[in-house]
Amino acid sequence: MFQMMPNILKNLFFPKATRRYPRVVRSPFESSRGALFNDIEKCTFCSVCELKCPSQCIRVDKKAATWTYDPFACVFCGICVDICPPNSLYQKSAYRLPVAGRELITLTGVPRPKLEKKT
Amino acid sequence: MLKTIIPFGPQHPVLPEPLHLKLTVEDEIITGVFPALGFVHRGLEQLVHIRDFQQMIQVVERVCGICSMIHATCYCQGIEALMEIDPPPRAKFLRTLWCEVHRIQSHLLWLGLFADCFGFESLFMQFWKIREKVLDINEATTGNRVIVSVNVIGGVRRDLSTEQMQWTCSELSWVQNEIACLKATLLSDYTVKKRTVGKGVLSKDKAFELGAVGPTARASGIAQDMRLLGYSALDQLDFEPVVETDGDCYARSKVRFQEVLQSIDLIRQAVSRMPAGEIRTKFKGRPAGEMFVRVEQPRGELFYYIKANGTKHLERLRIRTPTFANIPALLGMLPGMWLSDVPVVVLSIDPCISCTER
Amino acid sequence: MQPEIISVSADTLVGEVARAKFEGFRFVTLSCTESGGDSVDILYHFDKDLRLKHLRLSVLKCSTVPSISAVYFAAFLVENEIQDLFGIRFEGLVVDYERTLYLDPEVAFAPFCTVGAQNSNREQTVTQPGTADS
Repeated sequence: MFQMMPNILKNLFFPKATRRYPRVVRSPFESSRGALFNDIEKCTFCSVCELKCPSQCIRVDKKAATWTYDPFACVFCGICVDICPPNSLYQKSAYRLPVAGRELITLTGVPRPKLEKKT
Repeated sequence: MLKTIIPFGPQHPVLPEPLHLKLTVEDEIITGVFPALGFVHRGLEQLVHIRDFQQMIQVVERVCGICSMIHATCYCQGIEALMEIDPPPRAKFLRTLWCEVHRIQSHLLWLGLFADCFGFESLFMQFWKIREKVLDINEATTGNRVIVSVNVIGGVRRDLSTEQMQWTCSELSWVQNEIACLKATLLSDYTVKKRTVGKGVLSKDKAFELGAVGPTARASGIAQDMRLLGYSALDQLDFEPVVETDGDCYARSKVRFQEVLQSIDLIRQAVSRMPAGEIRTKFKGRPAGEMFVRVEQPRGELFYYIKANGTKHLERLRIRTPTFANIPALLGMLPGMWLSDVPVVVLSIDPCISCTER
Repeated sequence: MQPEIISVSADTLVGEVARAKFEGFRFVTLSCTESGGDSVDILYHFDKDLRLKHLRLSVLKCSTVPSISAVYFAAFLVENEIQDLFGIRFEGLVVDYERTLYLDPEVAFAPFCTVGAQNSNREQTVTQPGTADS
């Protein structure tokens, strides 16, 4: 009947198992998949990320050279990071902080000139 | 004798997901059950027409939050069988390792909920404290706590270094020691036994006839475990299904408790036998044909039927989850029970209604 | 390696299923899929000693199929689900929800809506079938 007693005594005299979040925040693991960022200088607007995204949260306009991302539709799977040909997409290990309003992130870069066909 | 019909659910403190049972009660003893589903039907099978077969991996993972890796493994295995792709051996071992980690976290979740459903909240908190360590293993090795997204068609996306594998094994040793402290409370405590022994008895013949799967069937004496099929590196690991014969709630909790220890052992075997090599094979083309795949989810046998016609969208994806097969078994368990035992019996089949209704 | 599927007709269905039960097969599930045009395929899956056996039944969309829930009680739930999601009716169901398992009682026809894909991934059309079935 007293099988739980060792556990109860341990919990009374040892430190707590919970963290006092948000005052104490655990640092994320190195390989955690967190918020997605795009280094717009390297981006070629090839729109492979738009085609492969499972939740369709990226829109790329090649002519206007814009990359639009909905951080609230994103599921942080990291597939776009894996397949990005110029490796401009990357994920940090921390999540985005909560915000009051929902907004899209639009980045504008330099339009790439069309490559001349080699004969 | 007047009959009363009492609704159980869809919102109930013990149920993790909505399930509605109309209980016909005579003098506090259940005489009839009529289930009603459809509260979380999201129509995920229809998404095959919109998302192509590679994006479907992410959709299929989100059918169930607790057993997501196993859904993705089953789907990838089906597409790989259709396209005749053989993932490298290291990828198969890694998939097995992560599936077993998922099984541990699912069973620890259930053990906590089971303790909570008969009011033992402190035991519930202890199990979930141990579960946090398992979720940390998931996050450190794959990037996310529950929906891990490491499966791709042809292998896995992430590799584990030797240090990570040793760290995983040492964390699991901590889990094993902590669970050993709680074993006496769960399995020998007088009040726990009073609430679970003899409740929701399912005999072996009835379990087979009603199509019970997973720990529900194994607790009634049927040694049925889809891991014996030997998919994805399980044929190279030593493994015996855990079987009990009593068929009541106590036997089911014993089976799931033993399976946590068995999964820790399987992970240690996989780490010691892990071959070196690639983690992914490239492939070209699109799937065509029909395929049936079965894997062992924490709750039982998961069955997939994939039909493809050579385009980038699949034609049909049919998912039959184990809770769908266990609901008729639940209907066989409930008549004859007291009304106060209904939450314990319903929770003992480990209902995952979002899986059931996709 | 394609799996082996035995074709049955509506008359021989219950006989084949009863034979499977006599041989000791466990009921796994039913799968229903559209097979082009006006017909659907209903597949019956059974398991014995980790080996699967399948039966295939091809019927027209708005037709009636004999139910196997008298042979295998566990089939009633999945047959009710197929009634809700496809335009099939099962005759002789042990427990018949009459299309209210997933759908609301006011819904007059099944399937309630169909989703189709356009050329690109972005657009989807949702259509409601124009005619109500029996």
